[in-house]
Amino acid sequence: MEKALFIIFAVVSVAAALNILLQRNPLYSALSLVGTLIALSALYVMLRAQFIAAIQIVVYAGAIMVLFVFVIMLLNAPKEAPYIEKHKALRFLAIPFAGLLIAEAFYVIRLVKPIQMPASDDSAQAVGTTLSVGTKLFTDYLLPFEVTSVLILMAIVGAMVLARRGED
Amino acid sequence: MLALIQATNDLKTIGDQVVQLIMPEVILTLFACAALVLDVMLPRGRKRPVAWLSLAGVGFALVSLGFLYFNITSEGKSRLGFFNMIVIDNYAVVFKLIFLIGAGLSILLSIRYLDEEGEQRGEYYSLILFSVVGMMFMASGVDLLTLFISLELMAISVYILVGYTKRDRRSNEASMKYFLLGAFSSGVLLYGISMIYGLTGSTNLANIAKALPIIISPAYEPLGQTVDLRYLVLMSMILMAAGMFFKVAAVPFHMWAPDAYEGAPTSTTAFMSVAVKAASFAMFGRLFLYGLPDLRDTLAGNADKNIPGLPGWAVLLGVIAAITIVWGNLAALTQNNTKRLLAYSSISHAGYTMLGLIAANETGYTGFILYLFIYTLMNLGVFGCIIALRRHGIQGDRMEDLNGLMKKAPWLTVMMTIFLLSLGGIPPTAGFIGKLYLFAGLIETGNPWLVRLAILAVLMSAVSLYYYIRFIRAMYIEPETEMQPVKLAPSLQTALAVAVLLVMLIGVYPQPLLRLTQKAAQAQGLKTHDYDQKKADEGEIERPPGAGTGR
Repeated sequence: MEKALFIIFAVVSVAAALNILLQRNPLYSALSLVGTLIALSALYVMLRAQFIAAIQIVVYAGAIMVLFVFVIMLLNAPKEAPYIEKHKALRFLAIPFAGLLIAEAFYVIRLVKPIQMPASDDSAQAVGTTLSVGTKLFTDYLLPFEVTSVLILMAIVGAMVLARRGED
Repeated sequence: MLALIQATNDLKTIGDQVVQLIMPEVILTLFACAALVLDVMLPRGRKRPVAWLSLAGVGFALVSLGFLYFNITSEGKSRLGFFNMIVIDNYAVVFKLIFLIGAGLSILLSIRYLDEEGEQRGEYYSLILFSVVGMMFMASGVDLLTLFISLELMAISVYILVGYTKRDRRSNEASMKYFLLGAFSSGVLLYGISMIYGLTGSTNLANIAKALPIIISPAYEPLGQTVDLRYLVLMSMILMAAGMFFKVAAVPFHMWAPDAYEGAPTSTTAFMSVAVKAASFAMFGRLFLYGLPDLRDTLAGNADKNIPGLPGWAVLLGVIAAITIVWGNLAALTQNNTKRLLAYSSISHAGYTMLGLIAANETGYTGFILYLFIYTLMNLGVFGCIIALRRHGIQGDRMEDLNGLMKKAPWLTVMMTIFLLSLGGIPPTAGFIGKLYLFAGLIETGNPWLVRLAILAVLMSAVSLYYYIRFIRAMYIEPETEMQPVKLAPSLQTALAVAVLLVMLIGVYPQPLLRLTQKAAQAQGLKTHDYDQKKADEGEIERPPGAGTGR
């Protein structure tokens, strides 16, 4: 089961990553990136790194993607008609696919059983939980953490220097 | 909640003893922030006090570095801190000294130049200080994570400094190019780091060095079946090397350097050509001499099972150093922009410096550190002289701008001559001593290929004299092309005088600096390579005194 899930999510993340490169419209690339990130966070969950998985979704798929989309909109993405609109026949594919999805949903609902969550002492030793990340961050990785904060401060100053209008 | 409290009970705590190890960096960070605040308080056009404040910060950091040296490392000891994230040893201390001297002189060089450019603002100095913080952690970091983050701290500050003169289109272009290529090379480096982490299970260089001999055996059997991980290990080593080659501007990863050096404000060019290069080499040394010493030599194969041996990083670095020295010197011959010419010259100097890593004996390591120290002084000096030529309406970076300088500013000409001869490696200047140690290290190994490499380096350094003498010919023989007088600001004068005195002093009386760099070269964990016995010091980190090749 775990192996099957791993293969599914790994394939999805690689395929989405390839799609980022293959799409001509940057907005589609951004959407594919969301797909990659979500598949990756599923992989993190399978490694029992729930915290990292949540961070992956909240920070990357959430905040950073919004920034990406903003930048793409500001830079005026090419107004090329999407591929799907050029091929009207393709839209009829939607009906069988939707049917497939609905059937799948029914199948899952009928089959689903309560899942055994990992025992609590198991999660205490896990790598990616909130507890272990927090503990590591403020002991072993304290120095890189603090250097990162200096790095971010410097980056803010730098962005200000480069973005400021001339004073004279 | 209970689990959290239980976990925090056995938390390791950090005491004064540990905080003391990063005191110079803490001081610099505080002064960088203070410079930002002072910049806001000062009225427009009167921002010079910020420069003096930053200079004071560098001075205090030097003092606290001195405390570290005399309290901890002067006897050759070293101390780990922050859960094995950094180590304070002589290697780190000497490199930090180089960065602080480089930063101090660069600040002195910048003051007048920024007035001339109309860009005198406080952020410039605080960005310099921030990048020095990054550099200092690069020299003392022994964990891939610390090393990478500090590398980025340094690099991003310098990208901004390169684009600092926003109204100059060349500066914008240079910054953009440097940033894009730099980000790409960081990615390559990070890819190599992630692979070595996956292979060894640790980001700590000491643990990596411990794990490597096991996993590079062709008959490594982790789960009952034989796995040959050597190709993966080599792949990650090559990726890391490629990232570092970019940062030190070694051919074929040098393309950014001429453009970035030419487009950047000259004061930034001066800073990045010395401090950034020295810091990248410090990290290069840490990575390869601490983390991957076992990959230096041929990775043993197994003749019975038809598994070939694979070449290690000594070969890779040797080839790259040879190409870098040859191409850097040849490309410099035809340049007419002095900043561009010096960029190629600095590429070739990166090649020379690499020779010390390749030699992998104590002389080589001494030469490696000594040369970076000397290179910092002499290259800052040359750029200081070019900064002096920047005056009303004259950019000062063309070869013609040097014409007839002897008549206009005899002292400046003499100083420039000394710096140039030092870069060319002519005795009795410091550059000669540095090159002597680098080449001697290679020859001492007795390996015929390394001796050939040394001969090539000597020949190419003779070629380099041609373009250094082009400067001298322009200054002494060519008639003046413009009559604008050259006046040196007091800060610039001070910086140049300090640099020229040190260059001459080290050239005539190198012993104190030699002793210091030899101590750094003997730092624990810098593994030397024994050419007599192939199977020497296995798994031994602390070398017995005098095990290196004595001079």
